[in-house]
Amino acid sequence: MIRDITIGQYYPADSILHRLDPRLKLNGTLIFIISIFLFNTFYGYIAVTIFLASIIKMSKVPFKFIARGLKAIIVILLFTMTFNLLLTPGDVLLQVGFLKITRQGLHSALFMGIRLTYLILGSSLMTFTTTPNQLTDGLERLLWPLRRIKVPVHEIAMMMSIALRFIPILLEETDKIMKAQMARGADFESGGIIKRAKGLVPLLVPLFVSAFRRANDLAMAMEARCYRGGEGRTKMKPLRYEGRDGLAYIVLLAYLAVVIVISIFEDRLPVIL
Amino acid sequence: MEMVKVENLAFEYIRRDEEGNVESINRAIDGVNLDVKKGDFIAVLGANGSGKSTLAKHINAILYPTEGTVWVNGLNTSEEQNIWEIRRSAGMVFQNPDNQIVATVVEEDVGFGPENLGVPTDEIWQRVEKSLEAVNMLEHRDKSPNKLSGGQKQRVAIAGIMAMKPECIVLDEPTAMLDPDGRNDVISTIHKLNQQDNITVILITHHMSEVINADKVFVMNKGQVVLQGSPREIFSEVDKLKSYRLDVPQVTELAYELRKAGLDIPKGILYVEELVEALGKIKR
Repeated sequence: MIRDITIGQYYPADSILHRLDPRLKLNGTLIFIISIFLFNTFYGYIAVTIFLASIIKMSKVPFKFIARGLKAIIVILLFTMTFNLLLTPGDVLLQVGFLKITRQGLHSALFMGIRLTYLILGSSLMTFTTTPNQLTDGLERLLWPLRRIKVPVHEIAMMMSIALRFIPILLEETDKIMKAQMARGADFESGGIIKRAKGLVPLLVPLFVSAFRRANDLAMAMEARCYRGGEGRTKMKPLRYEGRDGLAYIVLLAYLAVVIVISIFEDRLPVIL
Repeated sequence: MEMVKVENLAFEYIRRDEEGNVESINRAIDGVNLDVKKGDFIAVLGANGSGKSTLAKHINAILYPTEGTVWVNGLNTSEEQNIWEIRRSAGMVFQNPDNQIVATVVEEDVGFGPENLGVPTDEIWQRVEKSLEAVNMLEHRDKSPNKLSGGQKQRVAIAGIMAMKPECIVLDEPTAMLDPDGRNDVISTIHKLNQQDNITVILITHHMSEVINADKVFVMNKGQVVLQGSPREIFSEVDKLKSYRLDVPQVTELAYELRKAGLDIPKGILYVEELVEALGKIKR
């Protein structure tokens, strides 16, 4: 089941998006997320949809694969949409018992749905086209100024990249422990939520013990290889902006400008919903 | 000059209870003396709990002596300003291949050591390429370590050490978690590095078959060096080895039993061919 979730995975392909600088992609994702929340009518979505569709096309990641990431949030999505639909006061369109659907409710439910979907699509597109290492490198560089206010930027980035390295190892280990416990009669599948949660204890305890042991070993191995924090460290793959990154920044700013213009003038356009 | 010199080394693991009172003291190493010359291939043998891993960690300045002194390349490991130079010149490979690989791509992991040393980017790439070539892993440079076999991971770990241009490599039971194929790969790789690049090797192990080609063997028991000499000298002492809970290679054991039964076979047989020859010489 865990393997079905595609959010945060990397999809290897040879596209312009894959080659762009991770800092640009992080900034771009931020701009994209802001842009979805800038306007209140559906006209803005025309621009956003065109933009999103064209970068998905450029990324060479199959749309089906990206859409699978939505599975993980489907529950949240339905919840928000239902609550927005039923609990927003306004002009009543339909009333069944105490439940009312209002025009404003329909409007905000649709908006929330689209916003959340685009949010997931946009941000997962970033992780699909960026290796975890590039991502942490990019984050480290973007957050670098925060070091002034004593944020341990290098350490956070190192922790993230180590976590990413050990996720598959710990998953495999979970599987192994689970099978070992099942072979000795442990039951992970039947019973109610509480019983199942209790059943996880014999799984989690050995997993934690082994994770701590691994952490200890790794810390020793890193020290043995002269690791002593970020000071005086050089990079094997330093981040350098290239021509195409500059171009991409221009495209991004142009997109942001379009969205802002739409959000200013949208009130003068005929109302759709 | 000696690569590693250990003088009267003792080390105690001290266990404390919650109030900080000493609960028990475990003297893991007790008066060890050891000299390793540059370019040597040294093996340290010992059963579990013999103190051999503790000794290895002293050579890399991960542990500091309770008593005595350890010099690596002429530097005293107890002096703090020497630590980083010692860790660079005496690299260490650990038992579990998964727990010592830091990066998610093979080449980036090999580059981790040089990055820590502050080596310029261009030179890191050269070193990474050279080190991966030396352990015969160049074709896997773009892969994720999770996709490699145990022996391959261990070779990546060795390349990661080689990229720091050490004079000496300490391997703490590098083959304990590997299958026989991976074990052979790793052992032949370190022999190659020893011969071609003149790297001093200190191999900690309890697999007897891995020490046959070493220049010198030290046997540890209960924190002390109890036997030392060439592999042939060591394997002549089958009784003693067994009393230290160590197994001898099959051929050696067979030769030993035959000799005990009265056949005229020389002591310390290491290879099958040797035994065949010795048996052939016996006149009926």
